[in-house]
Order: sequence, then C-alpha cells, then structure tokens
Amino acid sequence: MATSSTSGIISPLSVTNMTVAYQKNPVVRNVSFEVNEGELIGIIGPNGAGKSTLIKAILGLQPALTGQTLVYGKPYKTQRKLVGYVPQRESVDWDFPTNALDVVMMGRYGHLGLLRRPGAKEKAIGMECLAKVGMADFAGRQISQLSGGQQQRVFLARALAQDATLYFMDEPFAGVDAATEKAIITLLNELKRQGKTVLVVHHDLATVEQYFDSVMLINGELIAFGPTGTTFTERRLQEAYGGRLTFLKGNPSDEPLIVAGTGR
Amino acid sequence: MSGFWIMLTGALVASCCGILGCFLILRRMALVGDAISHSVLPGIVIAFLISGSRDSFFMLFGAAIIGFVTVFLIQMFQNSGVQSDASIGVVFTSLFAVGVLLVSLNAKHVDLDLDCVLYGEIAYVQWNQISVAGMEIGPKAVWLLGITLFIIVAIIALFYKQFKLCAFDPALAAAIGIPVALFHYVLMGLVSMATVSSFESVGAILVVGLLIVPPATAYLLTDRLGMMIVLSLIIGVISSVAGYYTAAALDASIAGCMVCVAGVLFLFAFLFSPTHGLVTRKLRQRTTATREAY
Repeated sequence: MATSSTSGIISPLSVTNMTVAYQKNPVVRNVSFEVNEGELIGIIGPNGAGKSTLIKAILGLQPALTGQTLVYGKPYKTQRKLVGYVPQRESVDWDFPTNALDVVMMGRYGHLGLLRRPGAKEKAIGMECLAKVGMADFAGRQISQLSGGQQQRVFLARALAQDATLYFMDEPFAGVDAATEKAIITLLNELKRQGKTVLVVHHDLATVEQYFDSVMLINGELIAFGPTGTTFTERRLQEAYGGRLTFLKGNPSDEPLIVAGTGR
Repeated sequence: MSGFWIMLTGALVASCCGILGCFLILRRMALVGDAISHSVLPGIVIAFLISGSRDSFFMLFGAAIIGFVTVFLIQMFQNSGVQSDASIGVVFTSLFAVGVLLVSLNAKHVDLDLDCVLYGEIAYVQWNQISVAGMEIGPKAVWLLGITLFIIVAIIALFYKQFKLCAFDPALAAAIGIPVALFHYVLMGLVSMATVSSFESVGAILVVGLLIVPPATAYLLTDRLGMMIVLSLIIGVISSVAGYYTAAALDASIAGCMVCVAGVLFLFAFLFSPTHGLVTRKLRQRTTATREAY
C-alpha cells in the first residue's frame, strides 16, 4: 500500500491505525495521518493526551498494539538514518560525565555502524552543529554546567548531527529562555528551508500560529490535522481540550485570544 | 610470593568490578550489582548439590545462571509495576534466603563453608594452583579472573559507544536502532561473571564494595566517562595493594582492608575533589566571597 499523497510524492511520514496502551488503557487511539514534506508541524493537546506516546510509538520506543509507520514509504526500521529525534530534556541525566561536544557526537552513532568509533570527522561535524545553535564556545563544557536552554540547544545540535530529513522533537520549547526559543525557531525554519520535515510536540498555544505550518490536535484520538489557518480554530481547540479553554474575543482582527489553557 | 599473588588477585577483582561498576552507577543500578552478588549463593549451592563437586566450573555456571534469573526477575517485577528498589530488594533477599535454606537443609552432606562464600579467602588463593603438564602455572583464581577481565575489556572496548549511549540516553539509542535490552543483559551478564569469578577470593559481600566504591570515587574526580573508567581501575588497584599491606600490618582480613582503603579513598575524593569536593567548594566560595568584598 503505497502512501503517496495527492501530489504523487511519497510522504515523509505516514501513520496508519496507531493504537498504544499502557496496561489496559489506550492512550493513543486509532490515529492515522500523513504529513507533507518540508513542513513544520505542531502536535498540540492537553496533558496526558498521548503526544509524547505517539512519537515514541512511531519511533518504536513504545510498543504499539496496532498500527503501521512508513517513513518515505518504507517501514521505520529500514529508514532509521533518515530520522532524527530530540527527546524531552528531563529524560536524561545531565550529571553524566561528558561534555557538550561529546553529546552532539552521539548523534553520529547511528551512522557509524556496529564497531566504528567516532573520530576526527565526527568531531568536525559536532563542532559545526554546535556552532549552528550558537554553542561552539561551550564545546568542552561539562553538560551539568550548562543552563536549561543551553542543554536544549545541545540536544538540538545532536539532532542536526544526525543529519536526518524527518525530525521528531519532544517539547523543545519547554522551560527555555527567550534567547533559546528564538534560536530554536530560527533553526526550525532553516531545516524547513532545506526541505526537511519537523514534528514538534508543543505546549504554548499562543505561539502556534506563528511557528507552525500545520497543526495536529490530539486528545487520545486525532481531533484534527491540517494547515494551521483552518485547523487551529476555537471549535477544534475546545474539542481537543474538552471545553476547558477560555477565549477572549472581540479584538480587532476577531482572532480568538487564548487566556487560559490546561496546557502547562 | 604469596603477597604478590594476593595483591594480583585483588587488583584483578578490582579491575573487573571497576569497569562494570562505572556503567552500573551511571545507570543508577548500583544495587543490581548488590543483588547479583547475593543471589549467586543459591546458584552455587544448587550447582554443588547437582554436580557433587566443588569444582569452580560448575559453581561458576550455576551462579551465572542465577545471576541472569535475578536480573530477569527484577526487570519483570519492575515492568509489571513494582517499584524498582522494592523489586530489587524482594528478588535478592528471597534468592539469598533460598540459598541459606539449601545450605542448612543439606548441612550434613554439604562441605560448603558459608563464611567462605560470603567473605571469601583471598589468603588461600596461592594454594590452589593450576598445573599444565606437571608445571604449576599460577593460582586458579588469577587465571579465572584474568580471563574474565579480558572478556570484559574486549566487550566494553568493542561496543563502548553503544554502552555509553545506552547509559546516557536509552531513548535515542533505541531510536537509532541500538538493541538497548540486549546491551542491558550483556552488561548484567558481565556483572554476574565478574561477581562469580570474584566471590571465591573476596566473597559475595565485599565484591559489591569493589563494584561500587572505586567507580563512585572516580565519578567525583572527572567529567569524562573514559577517564572515569581509568581512574576507577587505578583506585581499585591502589585499594588492593594498600589493603594488602594494611592487613599485613594489622593482621586483619585482607579483603576487608581492601574495601576499607577504597572507602577511605572515596572519603578523600568526596572532601577534596578539585571539581566536586566538599572542602574545595567551600574554599572556592570563600575566595570568591573575599574577592567580591574588596
């Protein structure tokens, strides 16, 4: 079953009937979608909506009950080198004895194969990627000595080192300073310019329209997925958040302004 | 000559344990080492009851199998919702109790010294020589530990990047296709092997000391994983040499002294490490404060 989109180009990512359950409760229910190449896609939904779980299931980190993932038309397992992953920052131990450059070089491990060790070439790539996130001066810094925002940028540099065409980022904007947020969004746009596809789990509803081309609203099941302009609407959001959002209306452009959400 | 063999045995035990211990403490699994070292007891006893011999090979085999069973049970309980420290505690105490029970039930025919299993006897290492074609080629324990160390070094060196990534970020490791569970079991298998080859000389309890204390000391002294492993090896070797001489001077338990020296070295690192040391940090704070004051 080739999953070509309407234009006939093979989609970077197509997910069919994905269902994931912890113990007995399904967290992700029967989710199917297909993304367009070269887009920044925001994955939005309340806490516990299964956003991270969906990403993990796509990457095979969380066993799925049912479902199929195709990356550029082929199963994920054969396409790993095309996929980059930025886990949540809190998921690793930042006291680990290593420095920023070393963490970035870990992004090359997938390309090195079973036995080859990272060498001068990997170091050069690592430095280049650190420079792209404005962290070149911190290459030799022990990772626990970095601020939260700097740690997040090191993670992004590592994802760049993976040299993928399809990226998954799990809350890269969580708990970072303004400078890092700006650096991240510049980087995302740079990736997009290179024709890469990026899926981002995102919490800040106020910036969604500004950052993303498409939006995926989920709350266990897929509520809506499409261009931000037509998908990120009050009705859809209320559906995804179960009517727990408060909107302020009546501003000049008549755009709904969200004042309180059950995000974080 | 006896001193040399004892120190060499101690250094080999410390080296095997020191390398693996680094990965255990970084993965916050220090207690799994503790669990394996205790639960080898029933493995040894069962192997003895089945084979009827005290040949190290059978005991090694029995203990290694129980080591895997331990890791497997801990993992299984954790996966089904038991808290991780509780599941470690449940598994190893139960298995250890089974071992104690088996020894007491068969006390009449079991010529197995429980003290020896628990505390080991490194002083007797040299009396148990291996001979090839009539020539004595060194104590059995040294050969056994030497081979174990060789296997550990070879596997860790070959798959260093995989072990490192699995310890730091298992999610990324899995995403790029590293079989995280396989490397987990390989590491645990190596820990079982190291524990089992060591218990005859330093005993099942003190082996935990050498598995945890030198790596924990090294962790305080460096910010690089490679350096941490090297330092852990050096600290382990110093502990066994200094421990031997301390024991000779005090006429005390050799293995006990070795772990005590390791403990003292840890205390020094804790207080005076250039980066993490308690005293060093206080001194640095004071100098900064004085500088700010002027």
